[in-house]
Amino acid sequence: MRGTPHLIIVSSNIKTIARPALAEEKYHSKKPDRSQFDARADRIFRWFVAGAATLVLVVLAASGVSMLWGGRLAFETFGWHFLFSSDWDAVNKNFGAFVPVYGTLVSATIAMLVAVPVSFGIAFFLTEVAPYWLRTPVAAAVELLAGVPSIIYGMWGLFVFVPFMADNVLPWVNENLGELPWIGALFQGPPLGIGMLTAGIVLAIMVIPFISSIMRDVFLSVPRGLKESAYSLGATTWEVVWDIVLPYTRTAVVGGIFLGLGRALGETMAVTFVLGNAHQLSASLLMPGNSIAATIANEFTEADSDIYLSSLVALGFLLFVVTFVVLVIARLMLRSTAAEGGRA
Amino acid sequence: MNPALRPYFLRRKIFDRAAKLLSLGAVVFALFWLIWILGVTLAHGLMALKPSLLNQMTPPPGEDGGLANALFGSLSMSFLAILIAAPIGIAAGTYLAETSRRRLWCETVRFVNDILLSAPSIILGLFVYTLLVRPFGHFSGWAGAIALALIALPVIVRTTDEMLRLVPDAMREAALSLGIPQWKLTTHVLYRAALPGIVTGVMLALARISGETAPLLFTALNNQYWSMDLGAPLASVPVVIFQYAMSPYEEWHALAWAGAFVITLLVLVLSLIARAVVAKNRVSNE
Amino acid sequence: MNKSKLCVMDGAVLSMPKPWIRLSVRHLDFFYAGTQVLKEVSLDIRDSQVTAIIGPSGCGKSTLLRVFNRIYDAYEGQEARGEVLLDDENILTPNYPINRLRGKVGMVFQRPVPFPMSIYENIAFGIRHHERPSRSELDDRVEMALSSAALWGEVNGKLQQSALSLSGGQQQRLCIARAIAVRPEVILMDEPTSALDPISTMRIEELISELKEDYTIVIVTHNMQQAARVSDQTAYMYLGELIEIDQTDKIFLNPKKQQTADYVTGRFG
Repeated sequence: MRGTPHLIIVSSNIKTIARPALAEEKYHSKKPDRSQFDARADRIFRWFVAGAATLVLVVLAASGVSMLWGGRLAFETFGWHFLFSSDWDAVNKNFGAFVPVYGTLVSATIAMLVAVPVSFGIAFFLTEVAPYWLRTPVAAAVELLAGVPSIIYGMWGLFVFVPFMADNVLPWVNENLGELPWIGALFQGPPLGIGMLTAGIVLAIMVIPFISSIMRDVFLSVPRGLKESAYSLGATTWEVVWDIVLPYTRTAVVGGIFLGLGRALGETMAVTFVLGNAHQLSASLLMPGNSIAATIANEFTEADSDIYLSSLVALGFLLFVVTFVVLVIARLMLRSTAAEGGRA
Repeated sequence: MNPALRPYFLRRKIFDRAAKLLSLGAVVFALFWLIWILGVTLAHGLMALKPSLLNQMTPPPGEDGGLANALFGSLSMSFLAILIAAPIGIAAGTYLAETSRRRLWCETVRFVNDILLSAPSIILGLFVYTLLVRPFGHFSGWAGAIALALIALPVIVRTTDEMLRLVPDAMREAALSLGIPQWKLTTHVLYRAALPGIVTGVMLALARISGETAPLLFTALNNQYWSMDLGAPLASVPVVIFQYAMSPYEEWHALAWAGAFVITLLVLVLSLIARAVVAKNRVSNE
Repeated sequence: MNKSKLCVMDGAVLSMPKPWIRLSVRHLDFFYAGTQVLKEVSLDIRDSQVTAIIGPSGCGKSTLLRVFNRIYDAYEGQEARGEVLLDDENILTPNYPINRLRGKVGMVFQRPVPFPMSIYENIAFGIRHHERPSRSELDDRVEMALSSAALWGEVNGKLQQSALSLSGGQQQRLCIARAIAVRPEVILMDEPTSALDPISTMRIEELISELKEDYTIVIVTHNMQQAARVSDQTAYMYLGELIEIDQTDKIFLNPKKQQTADYVTGRFG
């Protein structure tokens, strides 16, 4: 106000001046200090999310332990012999894991032999060869294969693919490849349709989208400068991929392959429909066999004795161990690569 | 060019052409199977589609019927599974994305989650059997729902984790610097920002569990009558397909195809929506 | 509002008293994962002034800024030692209520980060957390904040639209409005215009000049000309140490230290 002196003592000795009382309008509706409430709410929140995360660990550990526990009767009764016995006799209560394990490994191997080159071809095509407008739709289509549930593969496999194989492919295989020296034994047999070869092919189709999408992600992560310097030296596309991209992404590619293997080993429904569920061991890929997952799925409801049930659970434990090891290797190799996603 | 080198260059060129051609072949190979499988499913399924699917129960051998009880069982167990798995999965994913301390623990949880993601579902089914069926002496829909929840869980954890990490740190700092506490920042800002992605994760999880058969075999088993009792064995579409397809009866085969068609359609639709949401989200984030 | 009082006698202005000290930093050390990135930094931030912190990349200016609202607390391995006094309380003590601190000290970041909500909600979010205003009060507060940030004219009428629909410069002004809305005492700005085009930059610099009447502003900038344009006081930092702090024209025209002179004349940096 004019004329009325408002003297304020200012001195460099006084660090702060008494501040004018602030207009109180802003504090009429102020909540009491929230700090305590918020601090507690934060604590509860943090505990809740930490607990949920711990649950994930618990589930994995518990599932392994529970199967070991359920299989203990079988392991105690048969001991190490369980792994190598090809008996499977419900009446005499004598069970061995060899046939299912063999079937699992062989069908998975066939699957990988087919899937790896095809996946590589797809990844090569999608990253280097295809015109840009084609890349996303084709990639999406391939990934659709991954989304198809396994029982659909089973249905198609049993009703369509198996007859097709039996009528068209397997007779040819039996006649031509079955006569070859040494490996001929693999390809001899009646053209039943169901069998290791068919199962292997179905597994391969299921596994291709997983491997190829990881390969594709990883190929795309190669620094452009690396590829461009190779191109500028006159390398062809193939040479760039084979000599530069593949060695650079070697670890992740192997990781992707292991991931596909993990899936192939544990696949249940598709294999159950087309493998034949026969507890027999034969060299030929044209003959039916059995896999761990298929055995468990098929015989679980028929298990009429404790030892039978325990043997099935023991098989499950074997599968758990094998897939766990394969998946751990796969994930370790995929760590800190583009395929893993997220921040480095 | 030195004429002596010409055949060398020619060979490299041929290799290159061959490789490109083979890669195209690989793609055609894969797409061939896709079209064959989907085509067959659609064709057989469409043929078997009848209104009686929805209002009749799964029939005894050799008779006509529907899938009503199986559809109900699948729907209710899947719904329950998501109801259980989504909050836990989102919470766990939030923990992984938002905790700056205890780096090693977070990495371990992420690692284990990735293992669970790729683990065979039959193992999780056996686990729930040991936990919830054996002690009680009977199969139940609850056990089935829990088994499906365990399969859905890692999917939701992973997508929530990744989607939350996509939200820039600056947004967190902006909210913190207003005095907003972490719980509110997460629920009001981060979830809102990452919502499309998180919902996508839930949809993908749903797509995944829709087709799962093996775990249900050991938990919910099957039920040929109409039942709404989750404490007892409950029918589901995948298990019915399994039972019917392996049988020798034509009517059962037709129903199996109808079921396969329904599942495939559901999975396709969910996947397409999820993909569209992710694409839109990516565009708006850039 | 936080206005400094003029010294008036007989209607004539006698002198502008030196504004009192809002924030006081005493012997601040900062460690990032064991490495020391701030060494014995001491300075005073005065009320109703713009203090600029300049220096070459990596000198610790952003780190210093981020101590003022303890935003570094959210990250593991970052630790501050020393004293930072706000209203005579050391904000670095472990049991100082952090959310209350952040209610008093607001921050604007380099990249505009509007929340994924409507324009109205962006502003209202912070207000609602600290206070319980009525609907009309809230509307007024939102309007006041947007006006102070020179954005009201452009968004009035489309307040319910998503904040992401605004341009970059508008989004940054929205972030400033958001920070002002909770009525802080200090506003920290970490290179607020470096992601913006020159015209938006100019508007925000004008805004800063208007805002300093009511708020204390600390701005970090790698753009020396900007510091010269907007600030009253400038601090020059190098390799984690405060080399010199003084009135802006003195720093740029007649710095006391050779190091400062080298930097502001562009001989190095």
